[in-house]
Amino acid sequence: MDEAATTMTPGERFIETYFNAAVMERYLPAILDGFVVTLQLAVLVVVSGILLGLALACLRAYRVRPLNVLIVCFADILRALPPLVLILIAYFGLPNVGVSLSAFAVIWIVLTLALAAFAEEIFWAGILSVAPGQWQAARSTGLSFTQTLLSVILPQAVRLTVPPLTNRAIAVTKSTALGMVIGLSDVLGAATTAQSFSGSATPLMMAAIAYVILFLPFVVVARWLESRFKWRHA
Amino acid sequence: MDAIRQQFFDFDIMRQAWPMLLEGLVMTGLICLVVIPIGLLAGIGAALLSLSERRIVRWPSIAFVDLFRALPPIVLLIFVYAGLPFAGIRPSPFEAVAIAFLLNNAAYYGEIYRAGILSIGRGQSEAARSTGLGAGQTMLYVVLPQAVRNVLPDLVSNTVEVVKLTSIASVVSLAELLYQADMARSVTYNASPIVAAAGIYLVILWPLVRLVSRLERRIAA
Repeated sequence: MDEAATTMTPGERFIETYFNAAVMERYLPAILDGFVVTLQLAVLVVVSGILLGLALACLRAYRVRPLNVLIVCFADILRALPPLVLILIAYFGLPNVGVSLSAFAVIWIVLTLALAAFAEEIFWAGILSVAPGQWQAARSTGLSFTQTLLSVILPQAVRLTVPPLTNRAIAVTKSTALGMVIGLSDVLGAATTAQSFSGSATPLMMAAIAYVILFLPFVVVARWLESRFKWRHA
Repeated sequence: MDAIRQQFFDFDIMRQAWPMLLEGLVMTGLICLVVIPIGLLAGIGAALLSLSERRIVRWPSIAFVDLFRALPPIVLLIFVYAGLPFAGIRPSPFEAVAIAFLLNNAAYYGEIYRAGILSIGRGQSEAARSTGLGAGQTMLYVVLPQAVRNVLPDLVSNTVEVVKLTSIASVVSLAELLYQADMARSVTYNASPIVAAAGIYLVILWPLVRLVSRLERRIAA
């Protein structure tokens, strides 16, 4: 083994270190299991985060003062706090007050709240961007406030929110990798475990590749959406 | 109720942990001081390269930007910290954080500058060039200032994200704010130090978050 290592070219040593076929084969199943966990979390976080954000933005449209203060505080606090701080508080603090959540549940809840905070702000900006005449016209045809909001304002507001929302959803979903810190067996968790067992950097490379496979399509789509909905300024 | 107060808001424990938290805060500030200016500069570089006329420059630059936007920052950080030593490069925790943030920030700030530069009409650079300014001068004195003004909310908002992101440095045991808070938590078996750290993050970042909302509204109007 040592003799072989000394006769290797730098290129071969690089492959041996980061793309070791034997290590890849051994740990592929674990990384794939992790991939499934990451994928499940990603889907759950995106769906629940965006729905909660949309619901909060709609609620805000009714302009009930105390409620709006709460919504704005929620959005501000969750946009200002690093998700990892909330993850540690929830994972290590809650069991002592009788609430034991799995790592999976903690990541899901914290990231849902984080995405919801950003989504609420984005949807709210979208709602505000619809001309007031649309409200007046819809109300004067006899539609109720709720009907106006849901079938006249929202469809127009949502279109504007697509590019920023896509970017934000990608950023928050990538944070599922933080689950590694509390022992979640997602892609990164599986890879760091495999790395310490195998003493090889190959599992980390596999994790990086797995994340690129998962997120690169969305990054490319986001870029395309942005150029399509390009904001015209001057 | 009392259990919640004891577990999350024990002010005695917070007071004991305070010196540790302050040390962590200084380190967090230090990371920000290194990482944000470098990121802002590297972003301009990434933006200019990904807008290059030459395809051989443009395509690899866009690939670089997309790659590092697709990788979760914590994956990048662990790769740099735990993966590079296998190739004989042994970064200290601080160096690992600086390298990972450089790559991530160049990509994120780069995309923002790129959108800003694209938002400036061609007429601006044509007019500048026709007055005799060189290509570099045109970019530096005419296009970039306007571009930055257009994307200021995004730049500030991304900077908030970068400050928040420094908390992942705790994973490579760099003694920043969250790391110190978590140390205090594991010694006291009490989450109050982390709640105190959360309070510190809030005090620093809440005004910036408000500023972002304000800037966004001004641009939209």
